[in-house]
Amino acid sequence: MHFSKLVFLSLWRHRIRAAIGSAGIAFGVAAMLSVLSVVLGAIGMFEKILSTDSQYLVFEKNVSDLFFSSVPEDQVAEIRDMDAVAQANPILFGIVSAPDHPVITCFGLEDADPRLRDADWLEGSLQEWRQSEGGILLGSRAAEFLKAGSGDEVPIGRQSFKVAGIIATANGFEDGGVFLKLSSAQEFFNRPGVSSIVAIKLKDDADGDAFRNAVSSRYEGLMALENEEFQQSYSQFRILKATSWAVGVCAFLLGGMGVANTMLLSVFSRIREIAVIQVCGFSKPQVGTLIILEAVLLALIGTAVGFVVGLGILELLQSLPQLQGYIQTVTSPWVWLAIFVTAEVTSIVGSLYPAWYAMKIQPAEALRYE
Amino acid sequence: MSNVLSFGTAAPEQILGEKEVIRVDGVWKSFDEGRIQVLSDVSFNVNQGEVIALWGSSGSGKSTLLHLLGGLDAADEGSVSVCGLDPAVEKNRLRLRREYIGFIFQLHNLLPDLTMRENCWIPAMASRLARQEVDQRFEELTSWLKVEHRRDRRIRELSGGERQRTAICRALMHRPKLVLADEPTGSLDEQNGEQVFKLLYELAKREQVTVVMATHERRFAERCDRHILLRDGHVDCRD
Repeated sequence: MHFSKLVFLSLWRHRIRAAIGSAGIAFGVAAMLSVLSVVLGAIGMFEKILSTDSQYLVFEKNVSDLFFSSVPEDQVAEIRDMDAVAQANPILFGIVSAPDHPVITCFGLEDADPRLRDADWLEGSLQEWRQSEGGILLGSRAAEFLKAGSGDEVPIGRQSFKVAGIIATANGFEDGGVFLKLSSAQEFFNRPGVSSIVAIKLKDDADGDAFRNAVSSRYEGLMALENEEFQQSYSQFRILKATSWAVGVCAFLLGGMGVANTMLLSVFSRIREIAVIQVCGFSKPQVGTLIILEAVLLALIGTAVGFVVGLGILELLQSLPQLQGYIQTVTSPWVWLAIFVTAEVTSIVGSLYPAWYAMKIQPAEALRYE
Repeated sequence: MSNVLSFGTAAPEQILGEKEVIRVDGVWKSFDEGRIQVLSDVSFNVNQGEVIALWGSSGSGKSTLLHLLGGLDAADEGSVSVCGLDPAVEKNRLRLRREYIGFIFQLHNLLPDLTMRENCWIPAMASRLARQEVDQRFEELTSWLKVEHRRDRRIRELSGGERQRTAICRALMHRPKLVLADEPTGSLDEQNGEQVFKLLYELAKREQVTVVMATHERRFAERCDRHILLRDGHVDCRD
């Protein structure tokens, strides 16, 4: 018999207790995987909206949220005229509502925006939209939940808009969104002459620094950031990521306490047994290792179950029609690895006190009263 | 200090050469901060291959004396030497348990959900013995103990006699020089107790193992090579 078999048998003998300990870790893993995947997916979708066919973003300095950013159209025009700039696409973000759907993302775009050019047009065409008077485009998911097709009238806020086309993109936010012409959006949101951001494509990537410096020196209230820089520095993304990790770590702390409790109970109920194996020649470090390895095995089982449960939750979330395609999960290998390592470390830390307690057991005391 | 004790950490082989496995010299032991005196000035020695009974009624100090020999407890005064090593020293204790001493308890203290084979693997695992050697030893001992048909049964499925034979097997797996048996027949009926005692005695002689057996039963004490009668913590007589 190998040492690992003794570890397994020790847990197997008290499988209900072990299952409860593992369940704590499984819930922690599932919670962390679900929250992180959803948040990272949401961030990813938002990043994609911002970075479609562009390298730089220009937006208002010191705003807490891009929805509150204002870039005046005269400055958009000047930026567009810069030598280094190949393309400048202003976008105005807003939130609109429809009956039974209180939150729908709205995009105010110019008709030359690359996301419209690259989209899969399910109904209507870019040409038809250009020619329509105040017509809107619906993302494919939005068309589904609004039960609207090309030519239908759709109530948005206090107004009614005619659907000029339906487009499908790879981005859940866009697919669940409504597209207005920039001018219509400015009017609708009562933000005349401004956009939230300007997505910039440069003629030459090497001109990036010069472009950034030109924007900050010419426009006191604006700043330009490369897409990657923006993703790393945007406070909303950072807050979202930090919050999701914090939620996950809290879930793990609960799981860790579950493991500590399970292992402590296990040690308390096996005092005599631990004394016997010491008498049979197990050293104190071997006894401690036995307890810690039991906790690691609990964590491994819990992690495996947690991953399966977490994936199930994500699958369920993505399939719920109410979520309108806003859930687009992202699970990078680093997330899996981080969750795995956190689960194991939590379990090991949770088993330290039980292991120490087991190592302190005095065989004479434990065996004195037969 | 006795000659044996003066060896300190001398190699055990030197002691075995003198045939002396245990020397207990002027040992005192009390509990509850001296309020309960359990052993008072106990001295004796045991040679290799002897089967010795520590005989006495309950509370006479037999188990405490076995615990001192096995390093489960330490004497207040006096000295104990087992195979040339002081069992009260942590480093020696581990070595003694892994190489020189096997324990048998009254309630066998086996792990009930493990099989006989798995229980017997525990001392081998602690001592990191080679698998083949352990398997061979297990087959040999279980055949001798006539429990070969129960090798892969869980302890909870075994009778009292079979459990105590398993405990004997476990104690002998790592070929110890000394077996400390605390009332090994105490939880068995007369017939099973007789069988276990006979097996233990025969095994001791066959393998040249020294056995120190605590018992309250005269019938077993008198059939050992020697017995040491303990009364209220004193050695009352030796035979």
